[in-house]
Amino acid sequence: MTALSLLPARRSVPGVFVALTLTLAIGWLVVLLDGGQLFNQSTTVSLLHVAAGLGLVAVGQTLVILGGSLDLSVAYVISLSTLVAAETMNGSDGAVLPAIGLALVVSAGVGLLNGILVTRFRVNAFIATLGVGLLLKGYLDNGYDGPAGATAPSLVQSLGYQRVGPVPVSFLLLIAVTAAAWFALSRTRFGHHLVAVGGDPEVARLSGVRNDRILVTAHILCSMCAGLAGIYLASRLGSGAPRVGTEGLYDLESIAAVVIGGTALAGGRGGVIGTVGGVLLLASIDAIFNQLEVDAFFKQVIRGVIIIAAVAVYARRAMRKAA
Amino acid sequence: MQTVQPRSLPLRVPRVRPGGVLPILAILAVLLVLVGIRQPDFLAPSSLMSFLGRSAPIILLAAGQYFVIVSGEFDLSVGSLVTAQVVIAARLIDSDPARTWPVVLLLLAFGALVGLVNGLVTTRLRVPSFITTLGMFLILVGAVYLWSDGAPKGGLSEEFRRFGRRAFEDVPLLGRVPYALVVLVVVAVAAVLLMRSDFGRTLVAVGDNPRTAELSGVRVWRTRTVAFILSGLAAAVAAILLGGYSGVSFQAGAGLEFGAITAVVLGGVALGGGRGAVVGAMLGALTLELLFALMNFYGVSGALRSTVQGGIILLAVAVSATRSSSR
Repeated sequence: MTALSLLPARRSVPGVFVALTLTLAIGWLVVLLDGGQLFNQSTTVSLLHVAAGLGLVAVGQTLVILGGSLDLSVAYVISLSTLVAAETMNGSDGAVLPAIGLALVVSAGVGLLNGILVTRFRVNAFIATLGVGLLLKGYLDNGYDGPAGATAPSLVQSLGYQRVGPVPVSFLLLIAVTAAAWFALSRTRFGHHLVAVGGDPEVARLSGVRNDRILVTAHILCSMCAGLAGIYLASRLGSGAPRVGTEGLYDLESIAAVVIGGTALAGGRGGVIGTVGGVLLLASIDAIFNQLEVDAFFKQVIRGVIIIAAVAVYARRAMRKAA
Repeated sequence: MQTVQPRSLPLRVPRVRPGGVLPILAILAVLLVLVGIRQPDFLAPSSLMSFLGRSAPIILLAAGQYFVIVSGEFDLSVGSLVTAQVVIAARLIDSDPARTWPVVLLLLAFGALVGLVNGLVTTRLRVPSFITTLGMFLILVGAVYLWSDGAPKGGLSEEFRRFGRRAFEDVPLLGRVPYALVVLVVVAVAAVLLMRSDFGRTLVAVGDNPRTAELSGVRVWRTRTVAFILSGLAAAVAAILLGGYSGVSFQAGAGLEFGAITAVVLGGVALGGGRGAVVGAMLGALTLELLFALMNFYGVSGALRSTVQGGIILLAVAVSATRSSSR
């Protein structure tokens, strides 16, 4: 929470944290009345695990959305990264570092391709990343029918299941990545330029920002975050999973988390702290419904309503400010 | 057409360039030649007719998506809407032929209602359409599973299924003309006429520059909402044909939203609105279907379909984008 007070003055406390607190309070009460306990060890741990996976992707997604772009290929990058990592390790502890390195390099390559398509070839980000996603989907569908490779036991034990008290190592990783992204956005030239490009590309260009380079960097970072999420999932599952990204709806959910966190879909406004709030909100709703044993499909309906409602509230507030 | 223009003088009259559909026609022609070389039978009237009938649903969806995209928005909910419609139809008809027509009407009304909600939330509550329709996607999929406890129930009547699978037999010259194709032609003509009407011009103007349109007295929110309703209606018709052709499943509409958007973009329509023709969008869908047929003939593994699809889209869009920026 201390990070919040360090936020630049341009924005007040993201409303998503108010929503998160309310959700947790109400959820806790309802679960209590139902005869359960929301904040016991196992629910908290699983909540944080869910948040870690989605959070890593969403933090990366925040960067491209801030820059006025978008990445629909993350789900396939995640799947690809689990496979690259697990197949390179093939169960041996000695190969952990090369495997992680290779998975990140492959992801960065995809990000570079996305970035070049969006900037040099001026392909609309929606279509460019959708197209790259389809390219990857074909590769995955063609080459893999099921799980492949094996994650090194040491990585499964550490990143996959190790925790400090109730906090999984993976969630600490998310905090570290978020802190790095926050620092990059608010304290470095790259961050200021990225927000400028997202706010008004023409003005940014005329002020001497190299738009293309900034956006390509953002895309590379976004894909690497997805790659990192893939490595985490590989260490959770113990092998590479060719469909894990798409089945988890990581592409659309990460965008939803970013937007719930108060970042404008059009770019130029928002931040990673809000995104983590959005991720925690989605994960909390999941945890509460799991505790109440609500039907999984009903959960999805509520999720859809919440996403729309959250963004409607932001839009209302922005309109009032403009008026 | 000339007589209409003076009334909308303050608008920057959007010019839909006559050459707009030429690139997609060229791609289509090349694909047809390639198919002809590999599989000459395919070009015989009867097999061509049934191919067009099979492609009707995605072409209809592309037309619906076109209205939304040209007005500057997205509709990601159409795939889930198709699934929902098919499942609803099966459950409500429950193999009783007498319920066919009421259910068809109900489906159309439901499609329009979903479009209306999408449109109102997007325009009145100012939620970006990407998020609105994504939320609607989650809601529809969840609701449909919830309503049917995880497995489709009931069944479609033969009367319902005939729209998607039957045909006019023994038509002179053409042979067999699927009902789906007739539906497609009617909708296509209606769509072209609509885009030539005042409404069509307003729609393109709204997508081109909503602010200018607003200042010239267009009620932007109303125009865009109508676009969403049209997309919902197109999804309803597509669902009726698709349900008839391939039956009931939760996968009936999976991925169709991206297919439709791809087709629209392939047809030379700019994402962000204001540019492109509805014919281009429909030809884009046809091209995509033909491409898949071609890959079948050349024995490309089904798994690689998406790779080829992705490559083609990127190539087509990159080429047109670099050309228009160098001009």
